[in-house]
Amino acid sequence: MNPTNSTTIQREGDHMIVNLGPSHPSTHGTLRIVMELEGEFVVKATPEIGYLHRGVEKLGENLSYHQFIPLTDRLNYCSSIMNNVGYTLAVEKLLGIQDPPRSQVIRVLVSELARIGDHIVCVGINAVDIGAFTAFLYLFKERETIYDLFEMAAGQRLHTSFTRIGGLMRDLPENFLPLLDQFLESMPRTIDEMEKLLTHNPIWYDRTKGVGKITPEDAIAWGYTGPCLRGAGVPQDLRKAQPYLGYDTYDFDIPIGTTGDVYDRYLVRTEEMRQSLRIVEQCVQKLKELGPGPVIVDDYKIALPPKEKVYTRMESLIHHFKLVMHGMDTPVGEVYSATEAANGELGYYIVSDGGKSPYRIHVRPPCYPIFNSFDEQVKGTLIADAIAVLGAMNIIAGELDR
Amino acid sequence: MILERIEALLPDAILDRHDFRGDLTIVVDGGRLLEVIDLIFTEGFQMLLDITAVDFLDRDPRFDVVYHLLNLTNQDRLRIKVRVNDGEAVPSLTSRFKCADWSESEVHDMFGLRFEGHPDLKRLLMWKDFPGHPLRKDFPMDGGDIFCDDTGASYAGDATSLQG
Repeated sequence: MNPTNSTTIQREGDHMIVNLGPSHPSTHGTLRIVMELEGEFVVKATPEIGYLHRGVEKLGENLSYHQFIPLTDRLNYCSSIMNNVGYTLAVEKLLGIQDPPRSQVIRVLVSELARIGDHIVCVGINAVDIGAFTAFLYLFKERETIYDLFEMAAGQRLHTSFTRIGGLMRDLPENFLPLLDQFLESMPRTIDEMEKLLTHNPIWYDRTKGVGKITPEDAIAWGYTGPCLRGAGVPQDLRKAQPYLGYDTYDFDIPIGTTGDVYDRYLVRTEEMRQSLRIVEQCVQKLKELGPGPVIVDDYKIALPPKEKVYTRMESLIHHFKLVMHGMDTPVGEVYSATEAANGELGYYIVSDGGKSPYRIHVRPPCYPIFNSFDEQVKGTLIADAIAVLGAMNIIAGELDR
Repeated sequence: MILERIEALLPDAILDRHDFRGDLTIVVDGGRLLEVIDLIFTEGFQMLLDITAVDFLDRDPRFDVVYHLLNLTNQDRLRIKVRVNDGEAVPSLTSRFKCADWSESEVHDMFGLRFEGHPDLKRLLMWKDFPGHPLRKDFPMDGGDIFCDDTGASYAGDATSLQG
């Protein structure tokens, strides 16, 4: 087999080697899977990754802590705000600070919206891969609203860079909450419609039930996190287990599956969308109770002072200059901070030598260990099932390759 | 808690430890890594989340191999570090955790460290004949001069002397 050709079809005895990717429409970004087939059955599937490797970790060693935020957008680009939140939480843990209460609520709000958006992509595209096109269209209408909301909040639809170290880039604009109310009203109906199209659809059921089963023990040994782990019946969710951003003050449930197959993962994701809507509703309530307030810490050695102060006060101008030119002072040490992203545990490991950039920054992407198990998951199954499994794993090449 | 258990059952296994911002870190000797992993596995640390490495260019030993583990029952986290020099091997955890497969390959790819007992240690993110190891501190930020010959094989130019 010559792996340099983009599409190789070659006979080896009765086995056929087929290349999926690097840009096959069903492979979710630039992935490549070399499949050894015996008829329609998969004998061996070898994922080849790294096509989207941009050296994020190396770049991070030469950027200041603030400058790394836009790079986190490009990890899981389906829910970039959650990457922003996870990263800033890691740096805040290193600094030993906490963002103001209003910022925490807004972070939870946008994270849960991003989670819904991510699950929409995963469920919608998984259905498209299997041949159910309609559900995708219903869902993507709602995803547009989520992106409109992100655009209002951060000025960007996809690459939000919404958080700052110690808080947020800015408060939510006035017209954010009215549109969010519309979304909260229409989204449950869309989930119902999607469930009517998929949950009891015999074709969807046959194509997903029992496909990609995994035992809880195997899931843990493979390092599964997120919906894939919960689909296997392990109730591990960092929002409940190791609450951050005050998640312990919200009322929500953790759905779990029983067999870990594609159908269970779908059900878990569907229910998580509903639970996220519950959290968003509570966030709106909390925002009303909190009233206006600061959304970023009042420490000008960490966060930039407001522009009007920079233009009128000497100290603020100096702070601004020092922060931009020299960065912030960080303690020497190392932290690992994990948040529950849409795909699972998104971890940031930062080693600081006290300089303005991290000495080493490492991202633990949730889909990396999950994709590692792909061969074991699809061995002996039909090639069509392999596509269903791949979709339900929700592999995002941006965070996989970094 | 877990530290006392390790110290009681495997005396002298922990070379160093610290606890910065609540992240419990222990440094163990590479030769005793598997013993420690087996012990903490029975104590509940059954999830290996991540393996990575840090290059301290001027230090001896030069590299830290860093393991992050999670106890699903009581949600404790533990960081284990093994210090190695360039060319020394670290015992592979593939026999204990399935997810060590790619993580160790990535460390091998990015830092050029060897894992003893890994069934298929290969370049994972970079291509097969990529010269050098990108996350080493002496690897240039711009990637150095990397050329391709007519057959498509890569080699490092004069500006880099990064083989190894």
